[in-house]
Amino acid sequence: MLILSEVGRGRNISLTGLLRNLSRREGIPLSTLKLNARILRELGLIRIVEEEGMRIVRLTPLGHFMLGLLKDDVKDIRVDGELITFLKEKAKAIRKHVLRMILEAEMGHLGASLSIVEILVSLYFAKMRYDIRDPWWPFRDRLLLSKGHAAPALYATLAEAGFIKKEVLMTFRDVKSPLQGHPDMGIPGVDMVSGSLGQCLSIACGMALALKRDRIPAKVYVILGDGELDEGQVWEAAMTTSKYGLDNLIAIVDRNEFQQEGRTEEIKPLEPLSLKWLAFGWYVFEVNGHDFRELLWALNEADKVRQRPCVIIAHTIKGRGFPPAEGNNEYHSKPIDGRTLKAWGFAL
Amino acid sequence: MRDALGEALIELGDKYKELFVVDADSASHTRVKEFAERYSERFVNVGISEQDLIGVAAGLASCGKVVIACAYAIFLLRAWEQIRNTVARARLDVKIIGTHSGISNYGDGASHQSIEDIALMRVLPNMVVVVPADAVELKCALESIIKYPAPAYMRIGRDKDHAVYEECDFKLGIANVLKDGSDATVIAVGSMVFEALKAAQELKAKGIDVSVIDLHTIKPIDHHTIIKYARHTGAVVTAEEHSVIGGLGSAVAEIICEEYPVPMRKVGIDDVFGRSSRSLKELRDKLGLTSMSIVRAVEEVVRGR
Repeated sequence: MLILSEVGRGRNISLTGLLRNLSRREGIPLSTLKLNARILRELGLIRIVEEEGMRIVRLTPLGHFMLGLLKDDVKDIRVDGELITFLKEKAKAIRKHVLRMILEAEMGHLGASLSIVEILVSLYFAKMRYDIRDPWWPFRDRLLLSKGHAAPALYATLAEAGFIKKEVLMTFRDVKSPLQGHPDMGIPGVDMVSGSLGQCLSIACGMALALKRDRIPAKVYVILGDGELDEGQVWEAAMTTSKYGLDNLIAIVDRNEFQQEGRTEEIKPLEPLSLKWLAFGWYVFEVNGHDFRELLWALNEADKVRQRPCVIIAHTIKGRGFPPAEGNNEYHSKPIDGRTLKAWGFAL
Repeated sequence: MRDALGEALIELGDKYKELFVVDADSASHTRVKEFAERYSERFVNVGISEQDLIGVAAGLASCGKVVIACAYAIFLLRAWEQIRNTVARARLDVKIIGTHSGISNYGDGASHQSIEDIALMRVLPNMVVVVPADAVELKCALESIIKYPAPAYMRIGRDKDHAVYEECDFKLGIANVLKDGSDATVIAVGSMVFEALKAAQELKAKGIDVSVIDLHTIKPIDHHTIIKYARHTGAVVTAEEHSVIGGLGSAVAEIICEEYPVPMRKVGIDDVFGRSSRSLKELRDKLGLTSMSIVRAVEEVVRGR
């Protein structure tokens, strides 16, 4: 989608040049963009034309039509600078908690936890309505962590928000602890169990339906992993959600491009991902998942969409914030040691 | 049985305003269509997708609804892991109803018959498992599980089962003793309750007087009644339209062998798949789901005592 809107600007530039600019600007690997561009060409959405001896890239009429549906051309981001500073502080604190929890437990999914920190922070500290004294307040916004293995990030966020005590975090995965390896009922602030991939979009759909029928103006947010999109149930739920036009449901895909055994595009290619969601009847946003301005822009825009569910594809880096784990799939579920942490300047 | 389900849901839909029905595109076959027409705002059809069916039902339940998730019993098992990991683990108020259970869908053959569902449901923590014997019991059982705030599974057959009850007599978790005899006890569920009563008459002619128990709630199981009758009669036969592995027979055996061992036999489907048949009777005869099988089993245990 980014490529489409970039091509839609109509500048006289070659495809490779355009992709290189985009890669630099958005922090998306060039190889991913190239793959997407190839698919867009195969789908007949973009084409290469010769103009004044130059090979430049242009939208086809179908491409224009699709871009109109996507409406990603105005990224009017005006967010208070103070808020951003506050959110960055929270993200920093949560990353520290996550590293300490996994260090303490000597197990846990580090990479997947670190890639969703900004997503969780945007939701819990700038978007969602909830009451920490009444975690089951019926009018609250819900959050479902479908990629349940990122539980450390969720627990750390709930602790920063005040649902659970920060001391409890250090008991993660202990046999006496309420903090299970994957989200479980009974932890204040956890709206739904998860752990088995691919299930939460259906559950979120049921919640959104119930809230609509009860005329409760709350939102249901669900964070999906990109690897998890291999599960067929996600697409069953995508169809049901769009059938009922559930505009109170917002899915966020943590597009870190890795799953347990390797790259998503090698194991079961997902691209063109935004077009898949579009074809399933969803309104699609695509943002940098570590940039609060972009995340908040998309979350706010999603509120304006009517009669259609929204998905935000958040491009992230697995392991973000802990240099040895960044984009390094070895840290999918590898324990970390104190010495490595110290070496990278993490004084815990 | 499906017709009774449809009728019961209409009544209960009026009585319980938070009752939702979620369907995976089989409303006309499971007879929830009337509910769908009458209470369209409380009816959701997710299409042919049982995994999604369970998820959507779980989401509705987590927002305070009492949810009936209804589909063919065998196809619900496609979502067994969703039932386990979401509904049972989070203890959500979802009532799962498997229709066309056992071999009641005789024509369609093994793919559509469900002879493993009791085993797979009763193994789940938090899950209530109920098997009504006829249309009267179905209606009472349905209201009982709706009132009981926990996940539940109810299996029902396709067509009307032979009537066992004239009026409602159903307490969740408490078995119904239908006949008292002293020589042996036949514990049955579903369509086999009628066969057990028939067998009791045939046995009487042979001078064997048996007790007959309808163990409609397989979980939580009625320990007390099972032990009481094992002690009282000294021999037990179970009868179910289900595999002999993991179902009613296994549940009863687990209790008997640990708490009061007596000779025991299981009547059920003997670790084979079903098959197509043009009539239910022929298939029941072939698989041994008859009063005659019960008679034979009782004679064996009585002799072996």
